[in-house]
Amino acid sequence: MNQIKEILNKYPKEEEYLIEILLEFQASKKNHYISSEDVSVISKYLNIPESQVCSVISFYTMLSMSPKGKYVIQVCHDVPCFVNSANNIYDKLVEELGVEDGETTEDKLFTLEITECLGRCNESPVMRVNDKVFVNLTPAKVEKIINDLRGENK
Amino acid sequence: MIEMKVISKRFGKVDPLSIDSYIKHDGYKGLEKAISNHPSHIIDEVEKSKIRGRGGAGFPTYIKVRALSKEAGKKYIVCNADEGEPGNFKDRMIMENDPHSVIEGMIIMAYATGAEQGYIYIRGEYQIAMNIMKETIKQAKDKGFLGKNIFNKGFNFEIEIRSGAGSYVCGEEFSLIESIEGKPGRSRTKPPFPTEKGIHNLPTLINNVETFANFPYIITIGGDKFAQIGTNSSTGTKLISLSGNVKKKGLYEVPFGTSIRDVIFKLGKGVKDDRKIKMVQLGGASGPIIPEYMLDMSIDFDRFENFDSKTGTGAIIVIDDRFDIFDILLTNMKFFVHQSCGKCAPCREGHIQIVNLLNKFINHRATEKDLMSLENLANVIQQTSLCGLGQTSMTSIISSLRYFRDDYFAKVRY
Ligand SMILES: Cc1cc2nc3c(=O)[nH]c(=O)nc-3n(C[C@H](O)[C@H](O)[C@H](O)COP(=O)(O)O)c2cc1C
Ligand code: SF4
Ligand code: FES
Repeated sequence: MNQIKEILNKYPKEEEYLIEILLEFQASKKNHYISSEDVSVISKYLNIPESQVCSVISFYTMLSMSPKGKYVIQVCHDVPCFVNSANNIYDKLVEELGVEDGETTEDKLFTLEITECLGRCNESPVMRVNDKVFVNLTPAKVEKIINDLRGENK
Repeated sequence: MIEMKVISKRFGKVDPLSIDSYIKHDGYKGLEKAISNHPSHIIDEVEKSKIRGRGGAGFPTYIKVRALSKEAGKKYIVCNADEGEPGNFKDRMIMENDPHSVIEGMIIMAYATGAEQGYIYIRGEYQIAMNIMKETIKQAKDKGFLGKNIFNKGFNFEIEIRSGAGSYVCGEEFSLIESIEGKPGRSRTKPPFPTEKGIHNLPTLINNVETFANFPYIITIGGDKFAQIGTNSSTGTKLISLSGNVKKKGLYEVPFGTSIRDVIFKLGKGVKDDRKIKMVQLGGASGPIIPEYMLDMSIDFDRFENFDSKTGTGAIIVIDDRFDIFDILLTNMKFFVHQSCGKCAPCREGHIQIVNLLNKFINHRATEKDLMSLENLANVIQQTSLCGLGQTSMTSIISSLRYFRDDYFAKVRY
């Protein structure tokens, strides 16, 4: 609760800070989502209806109201990555994690998502794990990244 | 040498996190010169430079700048760093390598137009650029280049960073304005234009990152001299995001008028594994797809106007002959299905129909009637959509129907 207050107090009580607040709320959560309690706290703080907060969350793909894994893995599939074998990267992730686009592993460690261009097409194919971008991927590199992350959580 | 480094000249040479390093490399010289003159003089220089916006549409910059300067009262300047168009990474590179050039350009524009509040709207995925820009603003403030009574000239200017949250359409001017106001990024009808009614219905100037980075250079060398670089209709240099199946993907800077072929072969060193080029997509997912024989076309807004689209971002995506045009089109169209904001029917429903039609071709179940439906629907979406997303998303379809018609016929069932 204190952490929530701390975040809110950084922002003026103005509607225009809603997206900034939501992003910071979400970043502070280990499951990368905004709960319905959060929505009600934020709507009270900004003095706007809860429905307005929800409509913003549902519009922006980076915001979510359902919990995700500890690591959100986003693989780019737009044309510059597609023609550099991005499909093989996605297939390798499916093989490693046993889940597909939009799904979370049973141990709640990984969520796999297909995403749009990450602006790193000069180093394609590319994926993002939370805030970190991995570039010039090969299936072997993907395997290592996943194994390393699993190792850290043993 | 076909490269000409003006905007990227400091890349790798300055420490992006040090304002002193920037100043040592002639940084803030343009601003110094700008404020020693009357604001109207700066707008005259921008007009003489004939610079056109680097965000894609290539609109003459001075018209918007002059319009803003004539508005009274509170007004805003916005740097569009949303860069969501697939295949583009130039704005990220500017922010990560020479962030102060963007700030300097914004301050010059603030002085020229009398705006006291600026925003940089950065796409949420660009965490590194976001952190760098925050630090850059802090440094510029500490030096007195931002804040109150800048250079004792009695002019004030502040910049705030706003983060996108994963929405391509927020790069479109009015969607961006809605998003800065904290709302879903759904566009508004034009007119009025942002320079009349933008953020909080107040006059707002929106320019691309690369456009802002050009202002210090224009002021330093003078508008007339700038206008001598490039071609008659497109002056200055262009940052090119080269990607796809080339040997050396990357960012290159060339004067306007350089041919696409030279960029691919001289700078990108040709196609990987020396394969043949099947097609090249220009500008990004909303740009045209052209065949190999058109590569001698020069990089020039006037040429690009033939495709009426956002070709002018400077992205060049090279696709070799292992790929089928329908795979590329389908990837583009799925992108637009995801990115449509849903406000108007042609775009919301149309893209889904286009995907269905493309799948018919891919599965060899399309008839000649489907070909006509595809063509008609693409034109309807282009002509009746409310905002720039739907107005430009059909460019790859329409250009492929023009240049790759045989590929369609090869899939039609008779
Ligand atoms: C769907 C859509 C997305 C756009 N995305 C961007 C973007 O990411 N960055 C940008 O500078 N302009 C983008 N634009 C163009 C802007 O609307 C606007 O024309 C531009 O920021 C003006 O700046 P300029 O004159 O310096 O090019 C987009 C336009 C549309 C229709
Ligand atoms: S064209 Fe598409 S993105 Fe633009 S307003 Fe209509 S539905 Fe929204
Ligand atoms: S297309 Fe994958 S990073 Fe741009």
